[in-house]
Amino acid sequence: MTETSVQTSAAEPAAKPVSRLERLLYRSEALRGYLLMSPTLLIMTIGIIVPFLILVTMSLWTRDGFSFDATLTIANYLRVWNEPIFGALLRRSFWISGVATVATVVLCYPMAYYVAFHVHRNKMMWIILMTLPFWTSYLLRVFAWKVILGYEGVINSGLQGLGMIEEPLSFLLYSKSAVIITLAHAWAAFAILPLYVSLEKIDKSLLEAATDLGDGPVARFWRITFPLSMPGIIAASFLIFIPTTGDYITPALLGGPDGAMIGNFIQLQFGAVNNWPMGATLSIVLMLWIAAIALVFLFITRQAERRVS
Amino acid sequence: MTSSDAFISIRNVNKFFGGFQAIDDVSMDIGKGEFFSLLGASGCGKTTLLRMLAGFESTSSGEILIDGQPTADVPPHHRPVNMVFQSYAIFPHLNVRDNIAYGLRKQRLPKAKRQEMVEEMLDLIKLPGYGTRKANELSGGQRQRIALARALILRPKVLLLDEPLGALDKQLREQMQLELRALQRQVGITFVFVTHDQEEALTLSDRIAVMSGGKVLQVDTPHGLYEAPRTREVASFIGNMNFFPATVRRNGASAGAVETEGLGTIPVPLDILTKPDGAPVQVALRPEKFALSDTRPDGALAVQARLSTSAYLGERSHHYVTIDGREEPVAVSTPNLHRLAGDDAGTGAPVWLSWTPESIVILDAE
Repeated sequence: MTETSVQTSAAEPAAKPVSRLERLLYRSEALRGYLLMSPTLLIMTIGIIVPFLILVTMSLWTRDGFSFDATLTIANYLRVWNEPIFGALLRRSFWISGVATVATVVLCYPMAYYVAFHVHRNKMMWIILMTLPFWTSYLLRVFAWKVILGYEGVINSGLQGLGMIEEPLSFLLYSKSAVIITLAHAWAAFAILPLYVSLEKIDKSLLEAATDLGDGPVARFWRITFPLSMPGIIAASFLIFIPTTGDYITPALLGGPDGAMIGNFIQLQFGAVNNWPMGATLSIVLMLWIAAIALVFLFITRQAERRVS
Repeated sequence: MTSSDAFISIRNVNKFFGGFQAIDDVSMDIGKGEFFSLLGASGCGKTTLLRMLAGFESTSSGEILIDGQPTADVPPHHRPVNMVFQSYAIFPHLNVRDNIAYGLRKQRLPKAKRQEMVEEMLDLIKLPGYGTRKANELSGGQRQRIALARALILRPKVLLLDEPLGALDKQLREQMQLELRALQRQVGITFVFVTHDQEEALTLSDRIAVMSGGKVLQVDTPHGLYEAPRTREVASFIGNMNFFPATVRRNGASAGAVETEGLGTIPVPLDILTKPDGAPVQVALRPEKFALSDTRPDGALAVQARLSTSAYLGERSHHYVTIDGREEPVAVSTPNLHRLAGDDAGTGAPVWLSWTPESIVILDAE
């Protein structure tokens, strides 16, 4: 017994020399973290921060005929503040994407709820089936809604065929409602997934405990399921609200004059109007507004959560 | 217990999950204020039976009455029972006070009254001043107590407990057992307690139902289950037991005996011999009913044996001894009454194995 142990220790290879970098990495968790992040960090720096700085600089320029005057001034910001058209466009954008966000979350919640609580086998298949429409291009889906909502579209011709309406419903296409309907459908996958994850995580024995303590299904939902799914609701709302506010494809194709959003206006500045500094200013103003709204939203939900507990 | 004073009456209950029968014709009565345990290995149907009492599972056939009321059509949130879950199910988004007061909502009490009841409960579970703690700041033992308080505050007719001590470490578990028992006496509510830990069941219960394969094997007091098990399955589930094949010998109407393989002939009173002369039976003896000695003890029944293995456990020692005419070793447990005890002679040492006729249990042959 003793002999063998002596032999094995003798046969053990000598400890490998450890390089300084290895030792440093072993000791510092922060360093390891940065190393892991470094590819992303690099792309973030080059791809986001640099263009952002360019955008900020450009927003302080002005248009001078066909070229730009590079003297730094806040004239563009003052214009945005003073001329009512910009405020109106911003308000309309927030209204449209706000309604679309609420509609998407409200419509997707029951679907996510169903899969989380009432499907016991092949949950993944259900989730994939729900996201299947999103495998086609965004543009294609927007066009599909044009076909559905148009004057000669599926809804109007269907209703006319049934004799329920005389004239085609004109509010369906080229309006705010068309934009809202399309956005709500286009972003559904972004609501279902976070909602499903937060609902799926809820311990089923909590629901049984609530029932046991005297709650019927409705009381149980509002006292347990809903507050515990709040993180999913917040995530879904942000995921939809932020990108839809700046969307310009859907309003360009389906909005008409009434449904134009700030994104269309920004696109115009960089395109036909050829006022890049104004476009940059509007982009930054939009960004600031979204950040402000997101912070207020977070603050309100935090307060609500605190009031519940 | 007669069914007239039963508080919970379970009558011929069956439960099928698809083709699997989880509960097989179970009938039992539980008295008011009783601490009643359902004991069995996992998968024996004890939790299913508890969930039927709570209303989370329906009965496939049969009937459950609580306080004389049939329960079949009563949903769980309208039953006069409350449950302490195995995972405790403390609501993570609520603090301790709101967890405990959760079920009071329907009673529409003034806020001050509700507050007072919560404080009372916190005193009862010995966690005063914990009302504003968050759920995630609690230890396992504290969560368990809060789950208990949350159920007890509603003054249920029956409290159901699903292995509530299973997740606690040994010391805390033993402390909680004592507290649970004291609490039950204090509040006087009927407790139905599910456990797979036989020691826990023996410590806590007024009566225990031993379950296996969806059936109830025996319902008895802890003493009755341990000292007078009715079947070999119960005997070996509660504690350890040595079994010896034996034959009944009746010598006329005055005296009886069992002739065993290994322990010789043991005289027994006629009234515990239910079988006719010559019938095969089993004699069962618990390890601690045996004694070991170097010389033959006077007056007691004894056989010569050889020590096979010994394990020293501090307060007791466990031994296996072999005896002639029997292949399986006999398990013996002896108390270490003085300091040198238990420091035994080695393997193969000859010893005398002795016992008294009163300590044997006679069971039907397999």
